[in-house]
Amino acid sequence: MNYEPVIGLEVHVELKTNTKLFCGCSTVFGIEANTQVCPVCLGLPGTLPVINAKAIEFAAKVGLALNCTVATHSKMDRKNYFYPDLPKAYQISQYDQPLNMNGYLEISSSSGTKRIKIVRIHLEEDAGKLVHAGGKAGRLDASEYSLVDYNRGGVPLVEIVSAPDLNSGEEAYEYLTSLKNILLYIGVSDCNMEEGSLRCDANVSVHPKGSSVLGTKVEVKNMNSFKFCKQAIEYEIKRQIARLENHEAILQESRLWDITENKTRVMRSKEEAHDYRYFPEPDLVPIILSSEWIDGIKESLPELPSEKQKRFIQSYQLSEYDAKVLVNDQSIAAWYELAVQAYPTNAKGIANWMMGDLAAQLNENKTDIFKLKIEPQHLAELVELIDQNVISSKQAKDIFLEMFQTGQFPKMIVKSKNLIQINDPLIIEQAISKIINEYSQIVQQYKSGKQSVFGFLVGKTIQATDGKANPKMVNEMLKKNLDV
Amino acid sequence: MNLEQLSLTEISKKISNHEVSSVEVTENLIRHIEKTEPALHSFITVTADLALDAARKFDEMNIKGESFLLGGVPIAIKDLLCTKNIKTTCASRMLENFVPPYTATAVEKIEQAGGIIIGKTNMDEFAMGSSTETSYFGKTRNPWDLDCVPGGSSGGSASSVAAHQAYAALGSDTGGSIRQPAAFCGIVGLKPTYGMVSRFGLIAFASSLDQVGPMTKTVEDAALLMNVLSGYDSKDSTSAQVPISDFVMPLKKNLKGMKIGVPKEFFIDGMDLEVKASIEKAITQLEQLGCTMIPVSLPHTKYSLSVYYIIAPAEASSNLGRYDGVRYGLRTPGDNLNQMYEKTRSSGFGAEVKRRIMLGTYTLSSGYYDAYYLKAMKVRRLIKSEFDQVFQKVDCLVTPTTPTPAFRFGEKTQNPLSMYLADIFTISINIAGVPAISIPCGFSKNKPIGLQLIGKPFEESTILQVAYQYEQSTLSNQLKPNLKKIEEFSKNEL
Amino acid sequence: MDLSYAEVRYIAKLARLELSEKEVESYTAQLSTVLEYMQQLDELNLKDVEPLTHVFQMQNVFREDKVAMSLPQKQILQNGPEVQSGHFKVPQIL
Repeated sequence: MNYEPVIGLEVHVELKTNTKLFCGCSTVFGIEANTQVCPVCLGLPGTLPVINAKAIEFAAKVGLALNCTVATHSKMDRKNYFYPDLPKAYQISQYDQPLNMNGYLEISSSSGTKRIKIVRIHLEEDAGKLVHAGGKAGRLDASEYSLVDYNRGGVPLVEIVSAPDLNSGEEAYEYLTSLKNILLYIGVSDCNMEEGSLRCDANVSVHPKGSSVLGTKVEVKNMNSFKFCKQAIEYEIKRQIARLENHEAILQESRLWDITENKTRVMRSKEEAHDYRYFPEPDLVPIILSSEWIDGIKESLPELPSEKQKRFIQSYQLSEYDAKVLVNDQSIAAWYELAVQAYPTNAKGIANWMMGDLAAQLNENKTDIFKLKIEPQHLAELVELIDQNVISSKQAKDIFLEMFQTGQFPKMIVKSKNLIQINDPLIIEQAISKIINEYSQIVQQYKSGKQSVFGFLVGKTIQATDGKANPKMVNEMLKKNLDV
Repeated sequence: MNLEQLSLTEISKKISNHEVSSVEVTENLIRHIEKTEPALHSFITVTADLALDAARKFDEMNIKGESFLLGGVPIAIKDLLCTKNIKTTCASRMLENFVPPYTATAVEKIEQAGGIIIGKTNMDEFAMGSSTETSYFGKTRNPWDLDCVPGGSSGGSASSVAAHQAYAALGSDTGGSIRQPAAFCGIVGLKPTYGMVSRFGLIAFASSLDQVGPMTKTVEDAALLMNVLSGYDSKDSTSAQVPISDFVMPLKKNLKGMKIGVPKEFFIDGMDLEVKASIEKAITQLEQLGCTMIPVSLPHTKYSLSVYYIIAPAEASSNLGRYDGVRYGLRTPGDNLNQMYEKTRSSGFGAEVKRRIMLGTYTLSSGYYDAYYLKAMKVRRLIKSEFDQVFQKVDCLVTPTTPTPAFRFGEKTQNPLSMYLADIFTISINIAGVPAISIPCGFSKNKPIGLQLIGKPFEESTILQVAYQYEQSTLSNQLKPNLKKIEEFSKNEL
Repeated sequence: MDLSYAEVRYIAKLARLELSEKEVESYTAQLSTVLEYMQQLDELNLKDVEPLTHVFQMQNVFREDKVAMSLPQKQILQNGPEVQSGHFKVPQIL
């Protein structure tokens, strides 16, 4: 039978406000345990929350960037459950009036552009962090005790819930990459999965293709990279199909992605069914946003990746692929545009260099493009020098390396190394005569029909000019000379 | 007259005039507490040393002639207001050894006004009760009748003020917890409008109903404390942004033209006859002072108890989740996390607290939310709008504070519903969020009776004014609890 | 409104309370009485009534995103029943 996988993603994103959602504690990551904690985020008796205005702004930005309707009336609710990382035994979250609803995100899939609906995006506080220790340390179900650090407790989070519109691990991967890119563009989160500022759970089910009845949904957790997300979903799809074909039931359960075994395994199920006893948070008053305020936030949004991609294609005559690669990273796109500004004549040439030699160096050095010694004006000048026949493409490659290492303008390098291309026909003619004389035997071979030696003679001629002769001119003039 | 028997207003004047020092006042009070406390048990913690230190510091400042509203006067604090470096127990085994690293806004304001913290008063555990009998640290006796409860939950605050162990006390009121013990102990107790006094540092029972308020010997003292306590606090999102006003000056205005509503629902069958007679007498007295009495009706009052016992336990069940043995408070060990949770919470909470957690957990649980919590919030709107409507016709309302005077120990502990009914006249006020004050208005079998005045939101001034004028016109009727008897009883206790 | 023992046990579990059989019995009876009393609300017609979550209309109470001092770790941990290397320690989570 043919099965169709159905996947919905729940993505938790930490907002990079200076302070926590309900108190003034800093949100900096990687600080000594329990040093970014105050009576409020420790949940001490008598303390009260006060909402961080920036968190509301950031959460609304997320909603608007993902085409949601931002609610003019929303409120905070309490979600009650016991867990050591939850200091008040309730999480302040949003239940029936989330800040953002009904958005979408477009991804490119095998069948073209696909629109993935976003059901809701709500604001909530993060929990603290547990370290499972003793016994088989690091694993919850085999540790002897756990240690709690509340530094992360109370950091603002948005939970982005997609509709079950995704149909493969690949699409989930595309969705996540695209989502992360948008969030980075609007500057609301670091989206660093290693530091936990972006976390993803997937709801996966399969059903016979064409059937309108959805299969039993399994929740997959603990996927700490997009790659693992894709692998876990693909594994889960296969596992579920295999079970169905064996006439085994799919159990509604939570499963973990085990990176050492490359498979999902059942999480020890919690003792009782969840009953979160949501009710409106009495300590916080409603959030009422005017449409003017919402419009203002909308206007403050930067150009988003999809818009930028379209503009790059139109303005710079780039292919869809090139444009996509460039906008994939906001810094690279900005760097690119600065270079194009400096030399608007050959946007495509600049793009080629960025996706070729510069990308290779960036990959090796793993740093932000704006931290490099080479600057956008430098690359623009290099492309211009090539276009003006001042240097050859071959020379340019060496000059580029020099630029990358030293941060010098290409003209300076060309000058100091005396690398200016020789375009003077007289000088080239002289070199040709010299080579024809020196390699008369080979010239004879060419004249008797052995075309393959032509390249050798070109090379020798360029060498005779210390590599500076314009290769195109050498080519043409040598041919003319020999074919006489 | 002994120093301890002066009012807050009187003693603070004496201190600021250098007739007596804060240290002398504090030392005298500590001696008086030592003599009376074994009988009454108003306090969970008496902070004698800290109080003397603070008094000394105050006296040094007082020389410089700065003026303070509460200059150097010892004040008692209900043990659910957090006090930095002073144990704050909520009268619960759960918090027996809890020492907060911060101070509640209301207490901070007392200290900033020159008040001296004399101790932390006994109460019903987590403020859940009407008799102070649910305290983990033992009962408090009513200074007027040592076989009777002082009321609750702010029973320790009430008895400390009535027996002159403190010049005033802070209480908290979720369904009557300031007014009912004030009535039972023959003192003044004001529950301010919701949002008038910051809740920051008040250990939450039911967040949408809780308010901190003054418990005092006189109405003027209550007004003075309101000058200190009221005002916006950026740490409490539900704190009201109302302009700061003086509550003392307007007390002296006469009551001519004042319209007072008498809601018929507060005069029920089964009410103590002497209570009824006292209230009727008070109403006559108010008329003589120039007030016009207008019969009004608040028909939804009868639903208040149901609404209250849905909303308060529901919020409490959530507010009390944090007592889980992880970060502070009691931990009773268990083999695993869940066992630790269950053992800790079962051994740390008393029966009434557990009963309310159970009730609140039930009414919020899946499938019951609409039938209870949502419904209660709707009826809450009806009750509130009924008050709004009545307040278009009258300036304030007059009712008894409680249907009966103080009851005997153990009389209502077996039947939770009968205990809950003791709050029948006070809880609708919390549901509507409006202010109300209880003042002494007579006696039933030598036990005090309380008169309740209910005001418009943020118009504490009006009820304080009516209360003050009534109080001044009846000064001659005022009795004092028998301190000799209390001291005798104390000697036997020791 | 009669609660069953099973319901009371479920609620106790949700609330993380360990109840003795005697407590289950007495709570079942007492809670049933209270819930029965609350049935009086059913006589009201609440169809068009909006729930009241906050007694006075307030909105948008926000705080500026300005860092305030956290407490020193020692004070954060001072009331901790069991503390280990800067953390709160809890028994095995099952």
